[in-house]
Amino acid sequence: MVLSTHARSAVLTGLAVLATSVLGGCSLTGSSSEDEASAGNDPVVLVTHDSFSLPDELVSDFEERTGLSLEVRPSGDAGTLTNKLVLTKDDPTGDVAFGVDNTFASRALAEGVFASYAPELPEGAEAHELPGDEDDLLTPVDTGAVCLNVDDTWYAERDQAPPRTLEDLTRPAYRDQLVLPGAATSSPGMAFLLTTIARFGEEWPDYWRELLGNGARLTGGWSDAYQAEFTQGGGKGDRPIVLSYDSSPAFTVSGGTSSTSALLDTCFEQVEYAGVLAGADNPEGAEQVVDFLLSDEVQAALPESMYVFPVSSQVELPAAWAKHAPRPEQTWEVDPADIDANRDDWLRDWNDLVSR
Amino acid sequence: MRVPSGPGAPRGRQAPRGRAGLGRLLTLAALAVVPVLALGLFFVVPVSGMLARGLVVDGVVDPGAVLEVLGRPRVHRVLWFTAWSASAATALAVLLGLPAAYVLYRLDLPLRRLLRALLLVPFVLPTVVVGVAFKQLLRESGPLGFLGLEESAVAIVLGLAFFNVSVVIRVVGGAWESLDPRPGEAAAALGASPRQVFRTVTLPALRPAIVSAASVVFLFCASGFGVVLTLGGLRWSTVETEIYLLTTNLLDLQAAAALSILQLVVVSVLLALSARLRAVPGGASRVVARPRPVRRGDWPWLGATAVLLVYVGAPIATLVAGSLRVDGAWSLGNYRALGTAGSEQALLVPVTEALANSVRVAVDATWMALLLGGLVALVVTRRSRGRAERRVRGALDAFFMLPLGVSAVTVGFGFLVTLGRGPVDLRDSALLVPIAQALVALPLVVRTLAPVLAGIDDRQRQAAASLGAGPLRTLVTVDLPVVWKPLLAAAGFAFAVSLGEFGATSFLAREDRPTVPVVIFRLIGHPGAMNYGMALAASVVLAATTALVMLAVERLRVGSVGAF
Repeated sequence: MVLSTHARSAVLTGLAVLATSVLGGCSLTGSSSEDEASAGNDPVVLVTHDSFSLPDELVSDFEERTGLSLEVRPSGDAGTLTNKLVLTKDDPTGDVAFGVDNTFASRALAEGVFASYAPELPEGAEAHELPGDEDDLLTPVDTGAVCLNVDDTWYAERDQAPPRTLEDLTRPAYRDQLVLPGAATSSPGMAFLLTTIARFGEEWPDYWRELLGNGARLTGGWSDAYQAEFTQGGGKGDRPIVLSYDSSPAFTVSGGTSSTSALLDTCFEQVEYAGVLAGADNPEGAEQVVDFLLSDEVQAALPESMYVFPVSSQVELPAAWAKHAPRPEQTWEVDPADIDANRDDWLRDWNDLVSR
Repeated sequence: MRVPSGPGAPRGRQAPRGRAGLGRLLTLAALAVVPVLALGLFFVVPVSGMLARGLVVDGVVDPGAVLEVLGRPRVHRVLWFTAWSASAATALAVLLGLPAAYVLYRLDLPLRRLLRALLLVPFVLPTVVVGVAFKQLLRESGPLGFLGLEESAVAIVLGLAFFNVSVVIRVVGGAWESLDPRPGEAAAALGASPRQVFRTVTLPALRPAIVSAASVVFLFCASGFGVVLTLGGLRWSTVETEIYLLTTNLLDLQAAAALSILQLVVVSVLLALSARLRAVPGGASRVVARPRPVRRGDWPWLGATAVLLVYVGAPIATLVAGSLRVDGAWSLGNYRALGTAGSEQALLVPVTEALANSVRVAVDATWMALLLGGLVALVVTRRSRGRAERRVRGALDAFFMLPLGVSAVTVGFGFLVTLGRGPVDLRDSALLVPIAQALVALPLVVRTLAPVLAGIDDRQRQAAASLGAGPLRTLVTVDLPVVWKPLLAAAGFAFAVSLGEFGATSFLAREDRPTVPVVIFRLIGHPGAMNYGMALAASVVLAATTALVMLAVERLRVGSVGAF
């Protein structure tokens, strides 16, 4: 009896171990397969943010054409990415970086993270060059505006007009209707804080107090706001005004019309840059990656892959974007040098204002 | 310490004792060296690297700056909130977990194995997804909206306890299961009421396990990050969210270092306290009792377990229901889409491939955690000779708990600034992911194994040794039969931790080999109803995978004990 129980348990154990090992491919994580496709190719490492994504075909075309093997290393959001680059500047984790935006660019420049490289820019890209970047350290790749979005169906059902301006949000008619990610934990949140600073100057804390007094809700990240709390998000929340992007209405299209729209008077332009890292192991490869990001193929793929607009005006936008995602004619702006000088104070004041 | 041995033995044993003592110490050192080196390289070095960046300004250490940071009123508020929310959540988790541990591990209840496996599910669910489920329940228009808990501190406590109650059930349940029922029966035969038996016999015997579980849960809660941000709506800050802000955004490394030091000090004090409370008064002998049929007196336990099931089940049910909705109708569309890269190419690899990655990484993380955790548990539970040796063991025990209490952001950034040097650039290694996960799982493994190993009467080992068994044979014949079940439980735990781990993984995982939580985060971070639906479906698949693995472990446990 004892023996049979023992035997049974041994068999079961054996089976379980076998099953797990088969499932795990005996593991040591990934073991084989690694790099076999690009064996012999010269590696180039792209450090970028978590939202980086490009179609496989484009990447393999690039590798075939250049003889490079592109290794992508995601490193958090724009802020985390920038700070990681700053901390590892003496011993960089890659050759080229993409995803530092105009709210963080001056910190990266001041810390000497990037090396000079001036590629030939596609038509339309000069307009997005970083002001004050005399040494050609950063190259604009994509752009997008952070704007408030409203649920038009929600307002239509109530025969109410949606808000249009920043000031509208503090009116009692729009009480408890706004949700937005915080400036300290989210880069669109930071962009909105800068919007209010551009609009209200020194008085921005008063505006924020009114905003919170009118029931504005803050969340950690964009998804907590859009997906969980916004009435048109996946979680079918109960807030009809949310902070998102000018491209977002292109994703809420059904039956030929979008149920949401961006408030084009509340936008802040974000530009994302690429640059060759100082001290890169493979600077030539890094330059080729920057060129690749500016190529027509990648520029045309940006909207569908990363939800941003290309800096190039040579490529066509997807139909839904052209139709449902009009771009703001004017955006609120804060000088990058000002951002660099005051960001920490602004964030600390903001943080004290909103949290206990 | 009296050693039972044959007549005349004391004199005969006297001589070799010195050499044997040295041998013992050497053996212990050899056992401890691998885990200590691993933790040194992957925890101590990175954390010290970040602390050094913050503390050393222009080549000079500046302690005044640390004191200045710690004197800020904001820091006091943050510290206070961290302490009380984590304490409240720990208390709630213990309160809810104890009855369930009893019911699911001591009573012969139908489906108890399935329930045990399912109750581990919250532990692996991504915070951001559970956050959405909690919010749907708690918001004004939701079914629990009348409670007015939205964005309250209570919601944070509820969320923290939700994620961690399974730790209490597992750790305490495992100990309860192998608790000798005879002292309780004897007390009852002598006229003690069930309540008296519980209070005077059962509870003291379970104390080490309860304290173990509670200390782990407290550390998890105090360093909880996503829950606080998601459910508290930024109104509440904890030490962990402050360090995140200071490091990833403000790059104020000095203040971050000050807070990290504070964390280290508080965690060390806590660990010392819990070690004191955990100390077992005399080795209790352990057998495995058969679960007994449900009696009438069990109803309060059953009632409390039912409450727990509703509490854990409601958010999960919300999640499952959400994953089955497409365009307002019931559908399996979200699940069918998991084989694709999401609408508008939200993903680089389909979720199915991410699941394979996750399992692969989890296999590695599990054996690493078991290997390291097993060694640590062995080292810290061997009976010490002398106070100094006991101290060393106690310190080692606490040392391996530290990673739970220290900010993942500090460790993650520390990897970057320190691991690039040396013969190999470890920052690029694909093995970093399972290693980091194993370090997170390690304390759970140790805390599951240590109470059981400590409960083994050392005289059994001495008896084996005096009968001529070597250390290895003693281990196999004395320790292994008793520790076999907890070992499996620990393996399941480590596997689950690895499957669900997000913080460190998102920091280290390579783009082309994401794990499921990383993919879920990506999906839910992109607009488009399909991506949201897929995120929920992927969460359900992750939960189901975990439950299946746990169920397999439960099955394995049948008949395995007593056969040695």
